[in-house]
This record gives sequence, C-alpha cells and structure tokens, in this order.
Amino acid sequence: MAVSVDEAVATGPARDRTPSARRLGGRGRSVLEVVLLTVLAVVMLFPVLWMIETSIKENRDVYAIPAKFFNFTVTMDHFKDVFVAPGGGRSALSAAFLNSVLVAGVSTALATVLGVPAAWAYSRFSVKAKKDQLFFILSTRFMPPVVVVIPIFLMYRQVGLIDSKLGLILIYAAFNVPFTIWMMKGFVDEVPSEYEDAAMLDGYTRLQAFWRFTLPLLLPGIAATAVFALIFSWNEFVFAIFLTSSDGVRTAPPAIAGLIGGTTVDWGLVAAASLVFALPVLIFAYLVRKHLVAGVTLGAVRR
Amino acid sequence: MAGIEVTALHKRYPDGTVAVEHVDLSIRDGELFVMLGPSGCGKTTTLRAIAGLERQTTGDIRIGDTLVNDLPPAERDIAMVFQFYALYPHLKTRDNLAFPLRAEGLPKSEVQERVDEAARLMRLGPLLDRRPHRLSGGEQQRVALARALVRRPRAFLMDEPLTNLDAELRADMRTEIKHLQGELGTTMVYVTHDQVEAMSLGHRIAILNKGRVEQIGTPLEVYDRPASLFCAAFIGSPPMNLIEVEVADGKLRSQGGLTLAPPPGLPRDRRLVAGVRPEALEVTEQGAERSVAARVVSAEWLGDEIIYVVDHGGQREVRVRMPPTVRFAADAPVGLRHTGGPPPVYDVSTEELVA
Repeated sequence: MAVSVDEAVATGPARDRTPSARRLGGRGRSVLEVVLLTVLAVVMLFPVLWMIETSIKENRDVYAIPAKFFNFTVTMDHFKDVFVAPGGGRSALSAAFLNSVLVAGVSTALATVLGVPAAWAYSRFSVKAKKDQLFFILSTRFMPPVVVVIPIFLMYRQVGLIDSKLGLILIYAAFNVPFTIWMMKGFVDEVPSEYEDAAMLDGYTRLQAFWRFTLPLLLPGIAATAVFALIFSWNEFVFAIFLTSSDGVRTAPPAIAGLIGGTTVDWGLVAAASLVFALPVLIFAYLVRKHLVAGVTLGAVRR
Repeated sequence: MAGIEVTALHKRYPDGTVAVEHVDLSIRDGELFVMLGPSGCGKTTTLRAIAGLERQTTGDIRIGDTLVNDLPPAERDIAMVFQFYALYPHLKTRDNLAFPLRAEGLPKSEVQERVDEAARLMRLGPLLDRRPHRLSGGEQQRVALARALVRRPRAFLMDEPLTNLDAELRADMRTEIKHLQGELGTTMVYVTHDQVEAMSLGHRIAILNKGRVEQIGTPLEVYDRPASLFCAAFIGSPPMNLIEVEVADGKLRSQGGLTLAPPPGLPRDRRLVAGVRPEALEVTEQGAERSVAARVVSAEWLGDEIIYVVDHGGQREVRVRMPPTVRFAADAPVGLRHTGGPPPVYDVSTEELVA
C-alpha cells in the first residue's frame, strides 16, 4: 500500500512545467511558485485564521471597525460558552456535540460492520451478476443526498424515526455502506486469498480464516475507510436539519447553524463552536493521512 | 499416502462460467502427476476441487479409498503449496511451520520434532527466526514447501509453486521438488503452465484445454505422439511443425513436395496435418538426396544448437533444429528433408490424432 502511495505521489504532475515557467528559468520559476502558493495559502487559510481569531476575541473587538488583527484582548469565554450554559449546567451546544459523537460513531461502526464482510464476499466469491450488483451499490451514491431528503422525511414520519438519533444513524449508515464496500473491496483484493486457502487447509473454517488472517491485514484499510465514513457522518448537515428538531437529538452542524439568525449573532460563540467541531476531524485526518491518500489513489497504480 | 481418483468432474460458477467441463483423472499412489495447460484451462480449479477449496458442481473425488466430496479441506489430509506462498506474514518461519500442527492439536514435543525435521530437509535452519518479509522469494518458497511437509499428508498439491521465482532459482527448486518427492514417495499433483517444468518433473502429464483433458501420458509419450493439434502446439520449444499433407503413392507429401514416411492406418478421404518435430527435419545443401528446395528465413543461434526457420514451396516457417556446426546464411537456398520415422498425423477438422 505504502509503495503505491509513494509512486502515485512521485509520478504526479510535479514535472508539469508551464511554458512561461520554463522561460523564466529555475530561479524565477521557484520564486513565482512560492509567491503563487503563498497567495493561495493566504486566500484559503484566511477564513480559518479569522475564525480562530474571532473565537478568542471579546464581542466588542469582533465588531470593531477597522477590524483588529492583533491588538485585541484574548478571552476563552466563548469556548466556555460552548460547553457550559449561561446559568450553569450543560449547554445545548455541548449536548449537540455529544449527539454528533454518538450518531457519527455508531453509524460508522454500523457501516463498517456491514460493509467490510460484504466487501470481502464481493472480492472472494463468484456471485451472480457481481458487476451489476456492485454498480447498483455504487449508483446509490450518484445522486446528491439532498434529492432524497423529502421522500426520506415522509418515510421517517410514517415509521416514527423523525427527530430520533436512530433515524440519523440509519440514514448515515445507509450512505456509508456503499462507500465502505467499494473502498474495502479494493483493500481486500490486495490481500491474496491464498492466506485464507492455507488457513482452511490448516483446519479453519472460511469465516475463521477471514477473521484470523485476512482481517488483521485489513486493519489499516478499515481505519482509513472508517475515518472517511466518520467524516461524512460528522459533517452531514442536510439530513440533520431536516430530520431533527429538538435540542436533545440535534447534531452539531444544525446546532451551530442555529446560532446564526437571531437579532444579534454571537460570532465569538459561532467561531468557537466551529473550531471545536472541526478539531476531531482534523485530528483523525492527520492520523490516517497516509491511508487517506492511499484510499484516494487506490487502483491508480498497479502493484 | 494415497492415490487420487477424479471422476467426471464438472465445475460451473454461479455467474455461468464453466471452469471445468469434464475431467477424469486417475492419479496413482506415489506418483508425481502434472496438470499442464494454458491459463483458464481448468487445471487450477481441478486442483482446488481436490483440495476442497472449491466445491465441484458434479463429479466425485476420492483420495485413497475415501470419497471426499463433502469433506472440508482440513479433513482431506492433504497439503497445498501456493503460487504466492501464503506464508502467514505475522509469524516467524518456525511458527509458520508449526502452525498447521498446532491447529491439529499435536503435543508440543512432536510439533518441535516435526518442525526440526522439515527445516532440516529444506535446509531452513538459519531462517527459522525470520518473518516472511525478510526472506527472499526462493526462501519463502522453501518455507512454504516445508510447511506442506510437516503435515505428513497423504498427498501434496502444488499450484504453480515456481512461477514467481527467477529462471535460475526455478531450475534449482525444480530439482529439489523432484528429489524430495522421490525421497518421500508421497503422491504429488503439480499444476503448471510451463511445459518444460511439466516435462522435467512429471511421471505422467495431463494436458488440459478448455476444461477437458486432451491427453494423459508420460513425458515421452506426450512429446512423441501428442493426442491432438492442441497438445502438438503446446509441448516442445520450438513447437512441432504442423504441415498439411496428402497421401500419394503410399507416402505423405506436403504441398512443397516434402515426403514423409507414412504411419500405418491412414484414412484417405480427409484433410490431414502431419506433426513433425524440428529435430526430425534436416537442412541440407541445395539439391541433396531426397530433399526439396527451401529457403532460410532466419536462424536462431542458441550456442548448443541452431534453430532454422525455412520456407519451402508455399509452406511457411518450418522450424528445424540443427547442430551448431551446420551453418547456412539467411536467405540462402537450401534443401529440406525429413529424417525421422513416421510422424503423428491429425485430422484438420477434428484436430485429433488419426494415425
């Protein structure tokens, strides 16, 4: 896996010289690159930096004109407000964060538990119309999720899943299972089936062979896939806002969005809540960054 | 130890592909039996059915006196060596060897004893404490063989075990496997697509094509009298020359006038092809006795021999094996004559041996 990643990176468009860059020669080219990249980085990162600043500014500094970039008083009050209600006790936002953890965690676990064995089966067994089945599974991801929000809403109302964590867990799992199957199938294909054959000759059943020999080799792949699924569930906004309404069920994305829209907006709180919200995903993505690249470039390079 | 009987084996996958059309094999006790064929001919599927890794659609498999159709792989008392070795990556060599024995629940002392014996046989002493990724391809293959040995199975199944090794190592391992099989006297079924491997290893060879057995015989039988045009083209390097002939004046005559000694019992009213080995032909000076006019197209100088490719009277690219002392330039006009005995003759329409 790691080998293919390195190759994928090395053979990328790095050597793709534009004509103007070539005319400028090596030195001019690198200066131009640095300038362009710096401009790009500033443009991309400015909102993030501004969010971080806003989250540690006092409210009057947030609204100050001209804007204060450096000379403001640092405060952690907004972060306190994210977790603690004004009168003491737990805040609605912190409850939303807990809901997010629960919904994203359980739906990811569910998608993994269902998707990994399915991927294994699709990889190992000769199944009738396998390609068609796989295509059908993939096709559920073709449409933008928002297309099915209304039908899902109506169905959920019928079966009483509206405004429940279970409802969100199920819909997120439903979206993550196809993804898990496809991504994991790539990883399973890379593990020679001979391990299982050998284990079966050594006296294990097929399932034991999968469990004891293939699964341990799949763990990095499973981690990468699960992080993708987790990020999707964690960030998901449309279904969360349509299918939930009460504070006890609502996940963090609609809860944060709900902070905007009153007569006055507490931008400090919004920024702090957004930062807290973004942090877990950043950490996870950093931990599995190697596998994320591997997952994205999977199949691009043959062994 | 045991023989293996495969009767009317047929394997069809759920998606409709037929991997094995009809295979009958009778593998004798203690025999090194090679299944040879191009990829997709059903040889590996047949082997996996014997191992119990695939369930045949119909047909019976017996190992010794036991009907094993419904036995799981572990209860068939066989060991298999795979093309990709399939050594457990997280285990050291020692534990890889001991693994099947521990799975059987043998006492520690016996496991130790058997592992040591297999390691000695395959000369694995210094490798016992390494993990698979620190072994070379040849070493991994030796460990895989040793892992098959420790089981003391009734039969070994080998699925293209040497394909992933480089040429030199492959020749060494070939000798080693043949020697080992002779030493142990255990039945071995060996699958390969490499005809040299098949010829040099097998007591008998089964040539498979499109899920059917084309021919079963000793290496010499298979070489001298291929049972079909497919076998004729598959065995031998360079392969047999397939020359269209007709019967005239009690002899076989090619379009270009080359005459061959006829085998007895030739049918008269069919289009025939004679299979002539490159060593049964001779390139001569132009106009030599019994020769027909031909032209050298190319010559491959292999050191110990020269392979001439010649055209003669409309028959293109006839390959002739000559000693390195006989030299003709490319494009030279030469003579071509047949020196061997009566060649096998095939019917063009059925592609089968007729005489």
